[in-house]
Amino acid sequence: MPIMAGALAVVAASSSLAADRDEGGDSKHGFQAKLEYCKTCHGLSGEGYRGYFSMPRLAGQQPKYIENQLRAFSERRRVNPVMFNVAHVLSPATLAALSAHFKALNPPPSGGGPKEHLALGKTIFEEGLPESNVPACSACHGPEAKGHEEIPRLAGQLYPYTLQALSYWGKERGQGGTRDDTSAIMVPTTHNLTQEQMSAIAAYLSYMK
Amino acid sequence: MRLVSLDVDIAAPRDMTRRHSTVATFTLAAVLFAGPLSAQEQLPIRNCTWCHGSSAQGFANAPRIAGQTRQYLEMSLQSFKNHARDNPYSKQYMWGATANLDAEMAHGFAAYFSELPAEPANDGDAALEDQGKAIYSEGLPDENVVSCIVCHGPKAQGYERIPRLGGMGYAYLKRRLEQWGEGYHAAAEPMPRIARNLTTNEINALASYLSFIK
Repeated sequence: MPIMAGALAVVAASSSLAADRDEGGDSKHGFQAKLEYCKTCHGLSGEGYRGYFSMPRLAGQQPKYIENQLRAFSERRRVNPVMFNVAHVLSPATLAALSAHFKALNPPPSGGGPKEHLALGKTIFEEGLPESNVPACSACHGPEAKGHEEIPRLAGQLYPYTLQALSYWGKERGQGGTRDDTSAIMVPTTHNLTQEQMSAIAAYLSYMK
Repeated sequence: MRLVSLDVDIAAPRDMTRRHSTVATFTLAAVLFAGPLSAQEQLPIRNCTWCHGSSAQGFANAPRIAGQTRQYLEMSLQSFKNHARDNPYSKQYMWGATANLDAEMAHGFAAYFSELPAEPANDGDAALEDQGKAIYSEGLPDENVVSCIVCHGPKAQGYERIPRLGGMGYAYLKRRLEQWGEGYHAAAEPMPRIARNLTTNEINALASYLSFIK
């Protein structure tokens, strides 16, 4: 018995850096640990984070949209090497629990978009641009940009993330051609927008509560 | 392995006092005799380069600061001054070095050193480079370790307050990664949470890979 206790003490002393890597597997791989892992990049309140790349806001996001996107990452229909690695180890049950958790979060928007064209952004969001056949964002994403089912919430999304998404339809999402992707509608929706108009929309959304 | 590295890290300040007393004295002298500066005077660059190397590429225990992001350098100087950055070498050297640093000078130093060209240290273990690259790019999803690339960038070039890591010295990178897990610099979220899930072998691999990036 004393010998065993000594051996245990040595093990404990030599593994403090990743103490629970081989023990307490349940806590390591459980829901809380996975949630903390998501929030490391997406923010402690799911508010999003701007690193070299933009990690989008997940707070308040529609669960169905999150689940769709994680499946798309995993099946490489949405091409993103980092999120592929993240998504393909998630079980359906974990995925559903994570989506439900993020839906319930409601931190204030982090803002950050340039402010000079907010009025233009608001106009496009609410009314679209009839002269270039751009529909109002609010028609599908809702008057408060909260989204619905597979249509994502846009309110409070990070400016650089929205801006990139707006100019990137068809290059990242809907790949592989084996299944329909709901984002396909965004290609004709946005393709008449100028860079300045995209920036205005993304900036407006970044401040929306 | 783990105990050996702990020994080096924690005991280092005491050893340093003996081994690098000359450098420390020089630094102290430079700080003491620099005197107050007006905005028009040149920055006392040599106060930094005594320790960080004459071309700021890092020297002995002092990391490379050449080519680091301006925002990170400026933030670091503030976090030494307000003692948020509390690892042993920070306490021993940088707390004193920044004690009388004003915001304007910190800004000037950061701007100056961020513009200098940076050389890779190339001093990691080449046998661990591929493993380090995989962790850097992909993380360890099963272990809930996030990838480094999303914040630090594809060439580890950093972004604003997120530091450039590519080409930093192996020992410095290893020490920092270990110290997050030991509770130092706890205010610097999210790094403590990320690094505490890394094993010693994974830290060695990451530090090796990063040391070779140009």
